[in-house]
Amino acid sequence: MSAVLRARGLGKRYRRRWALADCTLDIPAGRVVGLVGPNGAGKSTLLGLAAGLLTPTTGTIQVCGERPGADPAQLAKVGFVAQDTPTYARLTVAEHLTLGSRLIPGWDMRLATERVRRLGLPPDQRAGSLSGGQRAQLALTLALAKRPRLLILDEPVAALDPLARNEFLRELSDAVAGREISVVLSSHLVSDVERVCDHLIVLVGSRVQVAGDVRELLAAHHLIGAPHLDPAALPPGVHAVSADRTDRRTTLLVRADVPVDGHGWAVTPVGLEDLVLAYMSRSTPVLEEQR
Amino acid sequence: MIWLTWRQLRTQAAVVFGAVAVLAALLLATGPRIAHLYHAHGRAFLDELGRTESGLYLIGTFAVLFAPALIGTFWGAPLVTRELDAGTHRLAWTLTTRTRWLLVKLGVVGLVAIAATGLLSLVVTWWNGPIDAAIARNSGAPGHGVFLLPRLHALVFDTRGVVPIGYAAFAFVLGVTIGVVIRRTLPAMALLLALFTVVQVTMALEARSHLLPPDHVTTTITSANLMLIDISGNLTVRIDEPGAWIVSQHTVDAAGQAVSPPSWVGKCPLETGQASQTCFDRLTALGYRQRVAYHPAGRFWTFQWEETAIYLVAALCLAGFCVRWIRRRVS
Repeated sequence: MSAVLRARGLGKRYRRRWALADCTLDIPAGRVVGLVGPNGAGKSTLLGLAAGLLTPTTGTIQVCGERPGADPAQLAKVGFVAQDTPTYARLTVAEHLTLGSRLIPGWDMRLATERVRRLGLPPDQRAGSLSGGQRAQLALTLALAKRPRLLILDEPVAALDPLARNEFLRELSDAVAGREISVVLSSHLVSDVERVCDHLIVLVGSRVQVAGDVRELLAAHHLIGAPHLDPAALPPGVHAVSADRTDRRTTLLVRADVPVDGHGWAVTPVGLEDLVLAYMSRSTPVLEEQR
Repeated sequence: MIWLTWRQLRTQAAVVFGAVAVLAALLLATGPRIAHLYHAHGRAFLDELGRTESGLYLIGTFAVLFAPALIGTFWGAPLVTRELDAGTHRLAWTLTTRTRWLLVKLGVVGLVAIAATGLLSLVVTWWNGPIDAAIARNSGAPGHGVFLLPRLHALVFDTRGVVPIGYAAFAFVLGVTIGVVIRRTLPAMALLLALFTVVQVTMALEARSHLLPPDHVTTTITSANLMLIDISGNLTVRIDEPGAWIVSQHTVDAAGQAVSPPSWVGKCPLETGQASQTCFDRLTALGYRQRVAYHPAGRFWTFQWEETAIYLVAALCLAGFCVRWIRRRVS
């Protein structure tokens, strides 16, 4: 598996606060990767470092095999849609496309104008008077028309209403379908990720809690329930991720390399939302112990 | 990138060049009359100038005086902070390297600022040519309305010739520098204004006179050249150097030592007459003279070029600092 993004001991400090500390991860090429985690997990920082907007305090990061933002050629390989999808408020939609064509070698003007037309963005309208959804679409168009090898989206739909959110994610799926492009999309909403991503990375406190193909992850995780279940006494190959206890019943979310049927437990399949929640909450006690 | 920078600047540039054009039109319309009067009446022509000319003299002078500070405040300080505020740097830096982004911004806006200020100064300097010449030739004589100060005087020097170009470039880049370091628009604008004012005042009152070694002249003290006796008894005399800039002066005794003048000088009658003559003759006979350090009017352009060069070099150094800072520190 070749990595389109490779971080080793990556850290970023703002004054005294570490926004990302000692992060090591690989993001596979050719996939649509969802990066989820709670607020403050370091998602935006990681993606900012990947786009070359930030410089690491410690460690290294390589995107498409090179240091991010090193030169114009490297910039052209990475499409980046920043949080809140910034655009120049006083420039029109058409002027944004002109801007791209003047700065980016290999800019695909046909793709850009075609998308703008299809989305119904008025070319003469200033970006400042577009709706949030339209602005996000414009930002996505700018990133796509670079014909990047890696497309990075940092919470692109966080500020959008459900309708615009739906529209944006559908557009994104259509745009990347059948193309030689890797995508990393960060979100704190699992439902967004579930719609468009085929690979998942859960990042909590700069650490990768779990990473893998969405279908494989779902196949390997189960909810098992029984009146009395000791997470420490599970058979080999079965690991508890989280436990939910009531007086009458214990429910464990487990990761299993072996079949889990036939132990007298009630086994139910797990949804992605629950899976992510289990891994996100799992890290909390670890943090408490450190205090 | 040049396209984007110009696109962002063009409205403001149009306003600035429009204002310069209006002022230039006024000056071009009235300038020929001033030149004509000067040829007809010589240095006495200042008496012929009316309220229109006085008004334009002040407007032109103050326009050039304040242009660099305005450029620094409204073009320099917000150049980067405005993008940081709107987050658009995160779009721009994925389209071009931040070094190129900043260099083009500095270059394009800086050159436009220099062009606007240079044009303004050119037309103001041309319009004031006859007036400045007449003031220089009248040097020391009672002033005529607002037409008082010679070209080497701090207030006038800053508003003539090529120095406004240096000031504009420096104020602009200083504004950008403060912006990239403190990253907040309004504080950056305020700080730029304060800092630039300090630099300008320091240069005019302290530093400039040291750019060239002054000439010295030792003159007798007469009722005709004595201008002022201050509260501690020190004398100020006028020298016979039209338009000269007197840097310092003090009274010396027969041995050439700096001394306080005798207190009875204050009682010498200043009206021309026998009593006054005797009084000042006695001062001269006792060996008292006034030693004056000054810059002759002819050094105007030497000072202009030297100071412009200093400001331009300072602007370039600050620009280099900005580029380093934005590569290392700004995220």
